[in-house]
Amino acid sequence: MRRTLVRTLTGVAVAAVLIGTAACAPSDKSGDNDAASGTCTYKIAMMGPITGDNAGLGKPILQAVQLAVEQHKAKNADKCVELVQSDDKGTEDAAPGLAQQLVADQKVLGVVGPAFSGPTSASGDIFQAGNLPIISASATRPDLADRGWTVFHRTLGNDASQGPAVAKFIKDSLKATKVFVIDDKSDYGTGLAEQATAGLGSAVIGSESIQQKQTDFSAVVAKVKTAAPDAIFFAGYYAEGGPLAAQLKSAGVDAQFIGPDGIKDQGFITGAADAAEGSIITCPCIPAEKATGTFAADYKAKFGEEAGTYAAEAFDAANVFLAGVTSGVTDRAKMLEFITAYDQPGVSKHIKFDDKGEIDKSVIVIWTYDVKGGAIVAREPIQ
Amino acid sequence: MKISASMTADFGDLWHNLADLTVSGLTQGSIYALIALGYTLVYGVLQLINFAHSEVFLVGTYSSIILWGWFGFSSGAGAVPALGTVIVMLLLGTLMASAVSGGTALLIERIAYRPLRRKNAPRLIFLITAIGASVAISELVGVLTERKPWGVPALVRPSVQWHIDPRDIGLDIQPVDITNLQIGIVLVTIVMWYALDTFLNKTKFGLGIRSVAQDEDTAALMGVNKDRVIMLTFLLGGLAAGVAAVLYNLKIGTITFNIGFLLGIKAFTAAVLGGIGNLRGALLGGLALGLVENWGAGMFGNSWMNVVAFVVLVIVLMFRPTGLLGESLGRARA
Repeated sequence: MRRTLVRTLTGVAVAAVLIGTAACAPSDKSGDNDAASGTCTYKIAMMGPITGDNAGLGKPILQAVQLAVEQHKAKNADKCVELVQSDDKGTEDAAPGLAQQLVADQKVLGVVGPAFSGPTSASGDIFQAGNLPIISASATRPDLADRGWTVFHRTLGNDASQGPAVAKFIKDSLKATKVFVIDDKSDYGTGLAEQATAGLGSAVIGSESIQQKQTDFSAVVAKVKTAAPDAIFFAGYYAEGGPLAAQLKSAGVDAQFIGPDGIKDQGFITGAADAAEGSIITCPCIPAEKATGTFAADYKAKFGEEAGTYAAEAFDAANVFLAGVTSGVTDRAKMLEFITAYDQPGVSKHIKFDDKGEIDKSVIVIWTYDVKGGAIVAREPIQ
Repeated sequence: MKISASMTADFGDLWHNLADLTVSGLTQGSIYALIALGYTLVYGVLQLINFAHSEVFLVGTYSSIILWGWFGFSSGAGAVPALGTVIVMLLLGTLMASAVSGGTALLIERIAYRPLRRKNAPRLIFLITAIGASVAISELVGVLTERKPWGVPALVRPSVQWHIDPRDIGLDIQPVDITNLQIGIVLVTIVMWYALDTFLNKTKFGLGIRSVAQDEDTAALMGVNKDRVIMLTFLLGGLAAGVAAVLYNLKIGTITFNIGFLLGIKAFTAAVLGGIGNLRGALLGGLALGLVENWGAGMFGNSWMNVVAFVVLVIVLMFRPTGLLGESLGRARA
């Protein structure tokens, strides 16, 4: 009798553990910190890595959207909008589930995000089926625009711009003739590495892939050391980029380390320690101080820190949705029409989407940044 | 969904980098071996796979960084301090990490496992508790550190001690620079393993552990305090994990709350590979796993590293189910 009881309880416990682990990932916190929750008719969502290994890249986006929503509420108290936070942790696992939740909530008129290319790729079909417009401030994988999603837009240049720009920068400005390309097998990393490799052509003397969550890169470092490049381009995120740069340096590889927007975060400097010094970062994101208007000052006043990576682009994305609400949009179909017709200057660039949801190439600028003195400092844009 | 995988067996690549990969494989393997000691000891005595051991290691990494922070050393500080200071800092860091790891291991034993032992709970319950403790601790650390990575202060600046050039003897293998850090890691591991081995075989406490591993009821009849012995086993595993934590910190340079999981699985794999319940097996398994991983990465590309490691494990177990060295703690000399 007692044994049966124990066995039943064991079975229940095991089932609970399994169900708990399966369902544990998606977290959907609704409610803006500063808006009075529940009183606003409409909502917009921010989807990105709010927690997780690369949460540092989600935070500026979230905060910029919070700033936009708050400023909107101050001017339009009757048409206020509530912010919903969807934490996809930067991976594709939770994204479809979160997208379903957002689509099901009819009050959600738009999504700023998903922040990363992987979750965008995984959830795009769901947003399309629910006709929920999305404007990503940071997903750069080029083929996202080719998936036939009328709801997809982005307020930044994709890697078909960043890749060739990086290649041009490495060949012309850095004058490197031997480049080693490393990607992290993510949607973002592989897309960008392809573009950069195509642009670099014969300058690429070797390539290797790492895995996300990898911490020990000895095998890759050995291969890089043998190849002896002038420059190393790492297409990936800072969670791996930091330790990789550190291990390359301690193995005595003194090639110039270059990384894209995925490593443009303080987390790269923490992870790489003094190996980060002298690295160069490229990004389709505008430095905070170059954003027009009072954005940089407002951001700093509200959050006490400089606007981070893609904050300006996220601010613009949120403002497109908010302008739609102000102009009387009440459902998703009308929001989509509004976005398609939108043609206004934003703080990062002039915002107008083409028929694929991309920003016109002529206003896209790829910026470069130095890591100097433990901080990321803007330098000239790539011409 | 597109599936893209390319697997090319590149013997040339492996051969060219053989020396470098071997050195890094031994270094990485040493860290696996130290953590594996904890798994193998607890399994030998309790027949329990202590999944929480990976978090015992994790808290060791964080506590050593906290200690170094107390003395003003933080990551990115720049200049490496003088040799004397470095040695003192390393010793203190190791003491701190071992103390915290050992303490955590004891705490887990006391809170999670002992009540279950008292009630003669079935094996599955122990397993669930172990996994639960592992997740609880790593998530707690994640919350406390806001899931941000922590950098390790640069205490040991890798300097090349040995430059080996196989081309001098006519082999077409790239030369390898062996750094002080790599030598240190392997040496410390061997010393630690030897100390544990001696402790188990030559001291009275070790005798107690081996007797409980062999037959706990008879050992109790012979006057061995079973609870104390079990506590001691956990403590020893924790101490080894603490040392591994400091070495890991120096080697990798950055830690986050979830590094325990994969390392724990690999260390446990190493313990099984060498023969679970067998101290020498843990050392051999750890080093073997490190080598296999790195050679596999050199041959097939980095993406295949984990695949190669676990395929090798499966193949070894198919031919030798008890692992490479086979014998267990209780049955023969560890």
